[in-house]
Amino acid sequence: MNNQLQQQRLVRAARIHSDHFFAVAVYVAAVVVASAFAWIVLDLLLNGVAKLSWEFMSELPRSSGRKGGISSILVSTGLILLVTLVVAVPLAFAAAIWLAEFTRKGGKLAVYVRLSLDVLAGVPSIVFGLFGSAFFCVFLGLGYSIAAGGLTLACMVLPILIRTTEAGLSAVPEGWRQGAAALGLSKFATLWQILLPAAAPSIAAGLMLGIGRAMAETAALIFTSGYVDRMPESIFDSGRALAVHIFDLSMNIPGGDQAAYGSALALILAIGLINAMALKLSDTLLAKRIVA
Amino acid sequence: MNESLETTGTLAPGATYTLGDLQQGAACCVPTPIIDVQGLRVSYNGITALDDLSLQIHQGCITALIGPSGCGKTSFLSSLNRLTDLIPHARVEGRIEFDGLNIHDPNVDVRALRTHVGMIFQRPNPFPLSVRKNIEMPLREHGIAGKHVLHERLERALTDVGLWDEVKDRLDQSALGLSGGQQQRLCIARALALEPKVLLMDEPCSALDPISSGVVEDLVLRLKGRYTVVIVTHNLAQAKRIANYAAFFWMKEKVGKLIEYGQSRQIFEEPGHELTAAYISGVRG
Repeated sequence: MNNQLQQQRLVRAARIHSDHFFAVAVYVAAVVVASAFAWIVLDLLLNGVAKLSWEFMSELPRSSGRKGGISSILVSTGLILLVTLVVAVPLAFAAAIWLAEFTRKGGKLAVYVRLSLDVLAGVPSIVFGLFGSAFFCVFLGLGYSIAAGGLTLACMVLPILIRTTEAGLSAVPEGWRQGAAALGLSKFATLWQILLPAAAPSIAAGLMLGIGRAMAETAALIFTSGYVDRMPESIFDSGRALAVHIFDLSMNIPGGDQAAYGSALALILAIGLINAMALKLSDTLLAKRIVA
Repeated sequence: MNESLETTGTLAPGATYTLGDLQQGAACCVPTPIIDVQGLRVSYNGITALDDLSLQIHQGCITALIGPSGCGKTSFLSSLNRLTDLIPHARVEGRIEFDGLNIHDPNVDVRALRTHVGMIFQRPNPFPLSVRKNIEMPLREHGIAGKHVLHERLERALTDVGLWDEVKDRLDQSALGLSGGQQQRLCIARALALEPKVLLMDEPCSALDPISSGVVEDLVLRLKGRYTVVIVTHNLAQAKRIANYAAFFWMKEKVGKLIEYGQSRQIFEEPGHELTAAYISGVRG
């Protein structure tokens, strides 16, 4: 009897021991991830914050970006992103709604569409760049332009936007769909009043992922929107995105490191700002609908 | 609103109803069929769940569907408002007439049918909207407009289910903040606001605590006469208390069948089939 008790205690001790080890391992992993992020941000801040000023943001680049600012780069980046979102968001919404709500009875087409989206999401961005260059710049005759770059990025972020929106819609409890149908609500009303607001958080998350990926893109843009650092006059002008600017400054321009750090910091800030805006937007949307 | 009909609920203290007194026992002197089902067969993916069912649901009565799980009660219920349309690979054969109209006729507007034949589910499913919007949004979608009209309907529906006094100060707060029983009554109010003729209820009390369950049961009794209620329940005592008619379902060779259908008193007191007798007395099932 006594022996048995002792054995039980031993087993428990061993279990506590392994739990302890597990907890430490998880903590270490978390700290490693966090410190990698902290290192990058700290490095950027230490080297870039001196460069960051109103002049830097508002002046045109001079001497290949070594001097002056990044105003034209910011405008180009904004325009590219705008083209991307204007094209990708409505398409992604429509496709996700179709996938999540109109293919519930099965069907081959939905399977193929999902498969091609998953493949598309894994395609390296340089391939998108080559495709965009061949299709948008040459075939459609857009040349090196913001429009071509934005369209190429739209192709790139579509799979992310569609799959996250679809996942959000699919996660909406079935009871709401049944309840809506039982009240004789139309498919459109069900989507607009219930399903889309309920899926808003994951739609916002997908949007942030997509925007983050688009803002950070370099390879696909070198071939499509080009790297002219002038202020663009329209979306059919060539324009240099922030990521391309950073790449150029750090790889091709001797003495461009300071400006590269400043630009990188500006990029991080812009992404942070956009993420905050997306979160805020989805929050207001939810508050308006009153979702607990 | 008829003031003279107002009474105070027995189980929800302080609540005011407009639905009239509790009606016990047989309400239907002359049975008038409102739903006529002939040779119904429901199958999923080619596997028959319910076969060869014919019965008539009588207007203004409460019809209880009893029997063990998986014998087709819910399939039957959801075929009455064609909610089976939502289920992939579900097939409904046979003839269902609602108010003399074949509901599978290609000219039938399913959405209109569902406003006439409302449905309450096992788990309360209020939308993630405010209490007010839960009731007003479906009304708006069916073309009922005007702030005044909407508010009147809102108040009447909530009063009908005895919820008005409990929620009148929090109409613009989320419906998901209500208790389970309140949520279920809100769902009933939401269906009643559309002024249906028939209410289908799929075990409306099974996810609720005993007190809330009593309140909902009380409410169902008040609906008798004004609405036709078809209710699935596993609670035989409840079925016995509230139903005018009872239908007993059972699995035969893995297919759900209607074994016996008749006045609830007859089913519970002198069942005509040995399976019914065994199930009622708790020997089987």
